[in-house]
Amino acid sequence: MIQLTVNGSMREYDGDPAMPVLWYLRDLLELTGAKFGCGAGLCGACTVHVEGKAIRSCVTNMSDVAGKRITTIEGLSANGDHPLQKAWRAANVPQCGYCQAGQIMQAASLLTQKPKPTDHDIDEAMQGNICRCGTYQRIRQAVKMAAGVRA
Amino acid sequence: MKSESITLVSRRGFLGGVFSAGALVLGAAALPLRSLAATTKDATWQPSVYLGLEPDGRVIIIAHRSEMGTGIRTALPMIVAEELEADWKRVKIEQAIGDKKYGSQDTDGSESIRDFYDPMREAGATARVMLEGAAASKWGVPVSECQAKNHEVIHTKSDRKLGFGELVALASKQPVPKKEQLKFKSPAEYRYVGKNVPITDLDDILAGHAVFGMDARVPGMVYASIEHPPVFGGKLKSFDDAESHKVRGVSKTLTIPPFTPPYGFQPLGGVAVIADNTWAAMQGRRKLKVDWDLGPNASLDSAAYKKTLQDTARKACKVARNDGDVDAAFKKAGKVHEAEYYVPHLAHASMEPPVAVAEFKNGKVELWTSTQNPQAVQDTVAKAVGIKPEDVTCHVTLLGGGFGRKSKPDYCAEAAVLSKQLGKPVKVVWSREDDIRFDFYHAVAAMYLKAAVDEKGRPTAWLQRSVFPPIASQDNVAEKYGSFELDMGWNDVPFDIPNFRAECGPADTHIRIGWMRSVANIPHAFAVQSFTDELAAAAGRDRVEYLLDVLGKPRKIDLRAPADRKGPDPYILDVARMRRVVEIAAEQSGWAKKKPGNGRALGIAVHRSFLTYVATVVEVEVDKGNIRIPSVHMALDTGKVIHPDRVRAQLEGASVFGASIALMGEITAANGRVSQSNFNNYPVARMNEAPVETHVHIVPSSAPPAGVGEPGVPPMSPAICNAIFAATGKRIRDLPIKKQLA
Repeated sequence: MIQLTVNGSMREYDGDPAMPVLWYLRDLLELTGAKFGCGAGLCGACTVHVEGKAIRSCVTNMSDVAGKRITTIEGLSANGDHPLQKAWRAANVPQCGYCQAGQIMQAASLLTQKPKPTDHDIDEAMQGNICRCGTYQRIRQAVKMAAGVRA
Repeated sequence: MKSESITLVSRRGFLGGVFSAGALVLGAAALPLRSLAATTKDATWQPSVYLGLEPDGRVIIIAHRSEMGTGIRTALPMIVAEELEADWKRVKIEQAIGDKKYGSQDTDGSESIRDFYDPMREAGATARVMLEGAAASKWGVPVSECQAKNHEVIHTKSDRKLGFGELVALASKQPVPKKEQLKFKSPAEYRYVGKNVPITDLDDILAGHAVFGMDARVPGMVYASIEHPPVFGGKLKSFDDAESHKVRGVSKTLTIPPFTPPYGFQPLGGVAVIADNTWAAMQGRRKLKVDWDLGPNASLDSAAYKKTLQDTARKACKVARNDGDVDAAFKKAGKVHEAEYYVPHLAHASMEPPVAVAEFKNGKVELWTSTQNPQAVQDTVAKAVGIKPEDVTCHVTLLGGGFGRKSKPDYCAEAAVLSKQLGKPVKVVWSREDDIRFDFYHAVAAMYLKAAVDEKGRPTAWLQRSVFPPIASQDNVAEKYGSFELDMGWNDVPFDIPNFRAECGPADTHIRIGWMRSVANIPHAFAVQSFTDELAAAAGRDRVEYLLDVLGKPRKIDLRAPADRKGPDPYILDVARMRRVVEIAAEQSGWAKKKPGNGRALGIAVHRSFLTYVATVVEVEVDKGNIRIPSVHMALDTGKVIHPDRVRAQLEGASVFGASIALMGEITAANGRVSQSNFNNYPVARMNEAPVETHVHIVPSSAPPAGVGEPGVPPMSPAICNAIFAATGKRIRDLPIKKQLA
């Protein structure tokens, strides 16, 4: 039996400990904000936080999160009003929107570690998150807006 | 010509419950004015646009085209709301199911705005006239004294007001005005059109609540992962699923029959593993032992195939356009230039892989899926399970990207076939590996170009050959020649050259071919705009000045077949508009001031596709084999613009998509198997590789609206390669650029 916290709620899981967290969230908990994009930690669409830090849930097993605190996009803020969500809204970042939860979770982790990131910091932190629609320049703009650094 | 009729339609069987019983419902019918052959549909008069007004004042607008990131679920309803004088806050947007009554729902070809701008305006204006008429009759005043404004009708003389909701019952009894009676708002009065409204799904996307195909779920649903034949056209011989059944959660394995040629949109066939969650299905599938009959394509090898296509392009091919006498001009020419270009197969790789939920029940199928083409889902699923298309209900979710892949519903048919066998709803989830190995690939193209030039380096004769496997192979795998692809940047090159011949050569098809964002414009713009740059370089002339010279004087070119030239063509190719985007891109990028140096230079390309003119100036920095793109300037003339911010977004996205094609995109095959499988070996541009800043310059225009989703893509690869040449002297003729700079 694996115990963990998801968006503030205590959970117990007794399935295969090798199941990636992504499928536990999506198929078992019906939290579908984190997306399936590659299954190999290559695209970042599945990004969630474990103990506040961005991880790829498609390659993180349930056994790795025993006793840990998971936050998904659904739990990032109460009313979609995290500073990054506000900035994303102001910059009209999303096109199709599929990768954006992963992008926001990755950016949130960056800002926790580096509240005033440089362009280089943003490139380094965000290059694992692919956006096939190509919204990168607005993502960079929104991260800076949320961080209060000059665009 | 486009024409519309608007009628009151019965609510019976209408959209299953979207509208309440008291709603006023209007339907508009549309016939696309003009569509590229790629997407030509039966030009029938089918209802295509719907709008409902509820007694509580809510306005419901039906989005009948698919939302894959263009903002179409926002832009088309904006047009209706504008002419209706609706308050956007009280507009609710509902996604249509697949139904022929809407006209074409196939969301591709950058057609949504250009085909539905007029029907949407007319739907909105018709409802407004009827609401004004209703208020006039209620007050007993002339209708000329009644004016709709912001969700209510005002009697201008007495300042009395009635809300739209209060007028619904009366308005529904008003005569439906004829099209000639409609008055449209002047652009100066616009509250929404031409302005930026947040996209409909913005808040849901940011909160993680938006429903994509991947997120669809119905009670009792099971999950399927499918092992497809590794080679196109392969068939199952036998399989051993003993190990699969040892995976916790796996309940069953089932087979899907191979397609019957032509392959069309049919499933490829294979073995499906059914489980109670996605991961278990994928694990079970990995444990399958399958023996395949690999079929006729097992020897496909991309290097040999490339050589065959290039050899074909070096010899005379089928003439597609012939002006003047190219051969005579070459004979007496002083200087002749030749070059060959190559663009490989490409995969769409939308972030959301193909996915569908289907439930077969009582001889009918209901689906929830991310599709660009819900009517093709109906047709394809119906055929696959032996029922009628009207017995297939296709609910369209948001799409996690499409780019043309999701016009082809093979994955939907898989879900339906499995559900029929199981008697339960089934969700089919393709892995990224499935997506990249079993795509409908953008076609490889080998191109040969030859020009004779005068003493100023200006072409006097131009020959170009393009050899590629055609999209028509979907319907006949023996088809060797392109058709509508030649209208995409090949036969329509608008250069002012007296002797011009375009040819097309034959190519065999060994994998599935399909259209991808901007289709054959990708290779054609690459070859034509690179070759033009080569000629300018050989003449020692400024590229912008040379490009304008080759485009020639402002003039209009009617590309329609002579038989079709009835009446004026609102989308006639206008060289003046093409010249203008070149001039704007050059000016905005600082072309005249920025001279090449230190591995840094600008490159330019211009191309018209989907009726939109785009000129692109790319700045590159090349350092020790690494390339960086600090800025891109795109000037576009796309006629009237509904949502400027989404137009910018599409062009910003096209900049990144085009950079992926130029820098790194390549699908190859060995022993019949596609060699790439995921983002490690089929890379797409990441934030640190994409153009840093893309500046979009929209030319103000009152011309009819043209396409936006695709036209930004084609100029990118030639502009990048032209910039690389200016920076380094290295000419890239084969894409992708990849390691050629090292």
